[in-house]
Amino acid sequence: MPRRKGAPEVNAGSMADIAFLLLIFFLVTTTIETDAGLDRMLPPIEPPEEDVIIRQKNIFTVNINKNGQLLVEDELMNLKNLRTAAIGFLENNADGSCTYCKGKKDPASSDNPTKAIISLKNDRETKYSTYITVQNELVGAYNDLRNREAQRLYQRDFTDMESEYLNPETPSSVRDELKDKVKRIQDMFPQKLSEADTSTN
Amino acid sequence: MSTWRNHQRAEPAISTASLPDIVFMLLFFFMTVTTINNSELLVDNELPEATAVNKLDKRDRIIEIYVGTPKKNLKKVLGTSAQIQLDDRIAHLNDVVPYVLGELSKKPEAVRNFVTVSMKVDKSVKVGVVSDIKKELQKAHLFKVNYTTYQGNDPNSGF
Repeated sequence: MPRRKGAPEVNAGSMADIAFLLLIFFLVTTTIETDAGLDRMLPPIEPPEEDVIIRQKNIFTVNINKNGQLLVEDELMNLKNLRTAAIGFLENNADGSCTYCKGKKDPASSDNPTKAIISLKNDRETKYSTYITVQNELVGAYNDLRNREAQRLYQRDFTDMESEYLNPETPSSVRDELKDKVKRIQDMFPQKLSEADTSTN
Repeated sequence: MSTWRNHQRAEPAISTASLPDIVFMLLFFFMTVTTINNSELLVDNELPEATAVNKLDKRDRIIEIYVGTPKKNLKKVLGTSAQIQLDDRIAHLNDVVPYVLGELSKKPEAVRNFVTVSMKVDKSVKVGVVSDIKKELQKAHLFKVNYTTYQGNDPNSGF
């Protein structure tokens, strides 16, 4: 019988198995969550000192009632048509000052995109999902128009450019270049979406 | 040369001694990168879907507010109307301002101006509650709001 020297070594062959088990456990249980959503700026609580007079034709009113029905510019509308209607309103270009618009130049609708305001009103009893869908369509209308102009000027989508600009991993040289482009497109169609107080009745 | 080749019949086995180290490295990587959300949801929180979304990727600049109807097992205690959850407790509307201001003071000063309030509101909730919260946020001078949604796949969207 051979003599042993010291304690026997512990077999480390199963170490890898154990570590794999832990690894797989963590992979399965954790979810890398990146939330996404619709960004909105709330208006300040103090009313502005001087009343700004906005002409009625520059306001695109969207009303949602408690049953989720839409009243757009005092007419009942289907949700599917909302985006087209909003685009038509935004680039209507009644005063002809907007050179890139393709609107109908209807004198009863908005003067130009910088003056056009979309006003969204809703009932307290409106379902949140309806509210978000409507907001999504309105933001989508702005995105559609901005994408069209970005395609014309820079041959790429605005949403694509914006997400690359906001991505912290983008190198700063690229970001500086994108900043001007994004700003230019944003100024072409400034997002003026007003959320008034909800009506109680 | 030939004698040496004859001598070595089988190829030597690749040492797997460093395999545990590699796997542990991966393990630690995943443990540090992933964030485990500690607060347990007390309310149903099925978010609505939207397509024209912006990503919220800076976790350190977000304050979360959950709204929804209480979970099934809590319905007896909390009722069935929509409730606001702040952190891991159900709160009243009046608690929103102290909570967001408290959370805001915990953030490093450099990012305080960029803090966004992420509203995670259940689909079925009525908008009234949401607009009440928005009014409270206005009182707290926190104007940046994100209606957090699931990302839908609408081919017509710009993505």
